[in-house]
Amino acid sequence: MKKIRIGAGAGFSADRIEPAVELAEKGHLDFLIFECLAERTIALSQLRKREDPDSGFDPLLSERMHAVLPACRRNGVRVISNMGAANPRAAARETIEIARRLGLHGLRVACIEGDDVLHLKDAFRPFDDQPLPDNATIISANAYLGADALAEALHRGADVVLTGRVADPSLFLGALIHAFAWNTESWDLMGRGTAVGHLLECAGQLTGGYFADPGFKDVPDLDRLGFPLAEVSEDGSALLTKVEGSGGLITLQTCREQILYEVLNPSSYITPDVIADFTEIRFEQQAPGTMRVSGAKGKPRPRDYKVSIGVDDGLIAEGQISYAGPGALERSELARQILEKRLAHIGAEDLRVDLIGLNSILGAPADWSAPYEVRLRAVARFTNEMDAKRLTREVESLYLNGPAAGSGVTFAVRENIAIVPALIARKLVTLIISMEGA
Amino acid sequence: MMKLRTVAHARAGDKGNLANISVFAYHDEDYAMLVERVTEERVSELFREHITRPVTRYCVPNLCGLNFVLQRRPTDSVTRSLRLDAHGKSLSSLMLSLEI
Repeated sequence: MKKIRIGAGAGFSADRIEPAVELAEKGHLDFLIFECLAERTIALSQLRKREDPDSGFDPLLSERMHAVLPACRRNGVRVISNMGAANPRAAARETIEIARRLGLHGLRVACIEGDDVLHLKDAFRPFDDQPLPDNATIISANAYLGADALAEALHRGADVVLTGRVADPSLFLGALIHAFAWNTESWDLMGRGTAVGHLLECAGQLTGGYFADPGFKDVPDLDRLGFPLAEVSEDGSALLTKVEGSGGLITLQTCREQILYEVLNPSSYITPDVIADFTEIRFEQQAPGTMRVSGAKGKPRPRDYKVSIGVDDGLIAEGQISYAGPGALERSELARQILEKRLAHIGAEDLRVDLIGLNSILGAPADWSAPYEVRLRAVARFTNEMDAKRLTREVESLYLNGPAAGSGVTFAVRENIAIVPALIARKLVTLIISMEGA
Repeated sequence: MMKLRTVAHARAGDKGNLANISVFAYHDEDYAMLVERVTEERVSELFREHITRPVTRYCVPNLCGLNFVLQRRPTDSVTRSLRLDAHGKSLSSLMLSLEI
């Protein structure tokens, strides 16, 4: 029976590159997938593209392609990625140029466009009960596309496929639909392929990343964590493993944690391709370091695409200062009171003052004892830059005008882009597949 | 009484201003105890400062796991939150501190 080997080369935009090279060289792969697009990343990319029409793709695209293309070309590994971000066409041209410089000839690079739906904003409808943003604040809008255009680009012979916003598991499902010529309305197959994609999409999170808890969950050689690969069968079941000798582990526990990662209702995991049902999924150990997954199911795909709208969300200003040694907590408390009084008259919204080391993440526990070091963190939203800088100056001024021995001030003001979800009818969105290169 | 951490492991994820925390028994035979003791009421109480309505629990016996969905404040999505942990990745650690 035909089997397809798919590797996960990245689980987020800044992910480590070495494990992807290891997979390209030693994974005996058919496909290597890079998921590099967080919710907000594409809005930031749109802003860069507006300043320079040749930019707007993933800033690490060049470095990643340089690192993996030689081994991918040598071993016949086809690459799929959403590193196209806001400009898949420019990303494709850049990839061709990198291949040329590496002396790799005949590389066919496809780009998929159509996810940019900003011009359709009047047709957006609310997602769940969340209100649509004011039109004037909208910066970008990208629909989560599905696996169909990816499969088509592979069918046309692409060695590399670059997209903008595509649902993460669809990057993997597209390769499977193409390789097995799956009917895209065989809902259980779509559900199984989506389960494999979902398990792989965060790369190292399946192999022991985001997992280790010494004494409870130990992970060997986490420093050289290997990324996962799946050997998928035509029926959609798969063996999950990683390159032999790499760090990390794949166990029942890592698989269980990852299959429900970012999942709300496990019987209805919604993608543009299918509504997947993970409730009857089974994991079995096939061999040490190899887990078998099967049993996911599917229901017909939703009628709409989900859209991520990037919205101008004003400014966020943040400043931090530390107090250490005897009385650290009392001095940081005093600093907090001073700051709150000094900031009372400026236009700070949602002002938040945390004491890092005591209550900044989960709130203070019931049974805490005084910490030896405390770092005060003040943060708030602003509508104008002058007031935002007042906050950072007031934190800095705690050096001279605050409690004794404040140290290590850092501060920043940043423009914030918030993401608001919406829906758009599938039929309004036009997909464009084009080929660059030989 | 013991902490959940001694019998279960957990992972947190986020989708907009919803967070999910999955909880799995280390040993499959402890799953029934998790179902009985890690209830929507107990978890809603533990996370009262993070949520705007009671949590929803999905039981997944095939995985010996429970999946909790938390509705956070409208400003507590990863792209808006002023919290140091904007994602809510640390929520799994709070879950494991539950006394059962």
